[in-house]
Amino acid sequence: MAGAINHRALHARVRPGAHGKLSHVVTVVALTYLAVLILGPLGVVFGSALSKGIGPYFAALTQPDALSAMWLTIVTALVAVPTNLLFGVTAAWLLSKYDFPFKTLLTTLIDLPFSVSPVVSGLVFVLLFGRSGWFGPFLERFSIHIIFAWPGIVLATCFVTFPIVVRELLSLMQAQGSAEEEAALTLGASGLAIFFRVTLPKIRWALLYGVVLCNARAMGEFGAVSVVSGHIRGETNTLPLHVEVLYDEYQFVGAFAAASVLTLLGLLTLGAKKLLEWQLVRTTMPTGAIVALSTTATEAGQ
Amino acid sequence: MFTMKRTGILPGFGLTLGYTLTYLSLIVLLPLSALALKASGTSAQKFLSIVTEPRVINAFQLSFEASLIAASINAVMGTLVAWVLVRHPLPLRSLFDALVDLPFALPTAVAGIALTALTSQDGIVTRLVGVRLAFTQAGIVVALSFIGLPFVVRSVQPAVESIPEHLEEAAAILGASRTQTLYRVLLPRLWPAVLTGFAVAFARGLGEYGSVVFISGNMPNKTEIVPLLIVTRLEQYDYQAAATVAALLLTLSFLSLFAINLLQNRLSARST
Repeated sequence: MAGAINHRALHARVRPGAHGKLSHVVTVVALTYLAVLILGPLGVVFGSALSKGIGPYFAALTQPDALSAMWLTIVTALVAVPTNLLFGVTAAWLLSKYDFPFKTLLTTLIDLPFSVSPVVSGLVFVLLFGRSGWFGPFLERFSIHIIFAWPGIVLATCFVTFPIVVRELLSLMQAQGSAEEEAALTLGASGLAIFFRVTLPKIRWALLYGVVLCNARAMGEFGAVSVVSGHIRGETNTLPLHVEVLYDEYQFVGAFAAASVLTLLGLLTLGAKKLLEWQLVRTTMPTGAIVALSTTATEAGQ
Repeated sequence: MFTMKRTGILPGFGLTLGYTLTYLSLIVLLPLSALALKASGTSAQKFLSIVTEPRVINAFQLSFEASLIAASINAVMGTLVAWVLVRHPLPLRSLFDALVDLPFALPTAVAGIALTALTSQDGIVTRLVGVRLAFTQAGIVVALSFIGLPFVVRSVQPAVESIPEHLEEAAAILGASRTQTLYRVLLPRLWPAVLTGFAVAFARGLGEYGSVVFISGNMPNKTEIVPLLIVTRLEQYDYQAAATVAALLLTLSFLSLFAINLLQNRLSARST
């Protein structure tokens, strides 16, 4: 009886992915939606930025306020990313190598900033360090300014990017287990030697992945930074805030020129992300755990 | 000194635990407790007068409705996109796949001004559709749909990958129509993932600020979302009201995430 089944007809009926009118409609709808929603904004950013030609575009990017905004954005990322990198590695080591009471609670608390609105992430620092905040009067006496100054911007950025590196590292490190590290330990390696010579080589792509994502968020954050910055031109405007200021003043070429720099950063991030994902799959899928165990362990024990 | 019961023989437990707890407390817990204390310092009467103000109620209603609609749009479109990306042999597949992540990578302010330009009076979308979406409540939904898309796609993609194609073939051999296959074979396996994506997109939408603030027009009672209201109160130096509204927003978004989680647990219990 099985021979009576018309295989081609069956195939056409059950593989909507490959044949059939409906699947074509679905494909066209899905891809059109994706293209309009994603490519539309991309096109409009570069189109508007270059609408008056290349001269005004570069003029807008090289004006002092734009340059100082770029500089502040870079400085913020240069402080926030390494700080969170150090924390991310430490916390991921803690959560993946040991079992201890309240571990789940700690993991939940680390993820907390992801579920806090960016605006609230800025607000909490105003409540701490603002003029009428907890530490405001104390800091005022020593004329230390955190809110409406760069330290507040850095703090708010650290808050919003807090869980990113941990999250990228944790699942990988949990999957890899501790067998190789423990082998290194029995061979007499110190804690630091184990980390740098056994663990780090295994997690470097995931680490870089976390850094790329953390950096993108640090440079692009708007809501949290907007609340603590005070929008002082040439002083406390990051690049996203500079975009807002120009846009509100109807300086569209300038606003979109600054936005195009951030968009390029976003596209670079996507490219790097794709590349690193490919590397991650290539290097961690075929684990070859036993081979890796013997080689890394002997290296570490030397 | 107290010692903590722990397992794991590798060195560094004390050091990593100490550093993690210190940094977590300084950057996250201390600031959030400042918010909790400020909000709980509000007397019951003051709290009621803050949250029953029509402008606050309208903002909450708008934020919840817009996030709900946008998350629903994303649940449908994101699932379609995920399905097509996994199952359809596409040219430039990895390019389309990479594009899905753009809302993650694009700063929200950039997304905001770009979407506003597309949907304002002389924008391309306005000319195509015939209706100006910017500076209306629909504009807010557009922005939130942009922001939320990758959450659903990235959540549903692995679920689609995990459905073996021979399952659909088996259903067809057993005489199921394509709609039956969709409802009784495919959707039960996709629901939990769709719901996870929906929940994350919804939660993100509630708090979203940068992409919405440009496209919404920010008219009190009409297109003012909760995060914007918090900023307004802060700019008026009304810290008490800002903290109260912020605490309420946090509580409500945790509660809705919790509710969706419960629903999801029930669904996945049924489908296995």
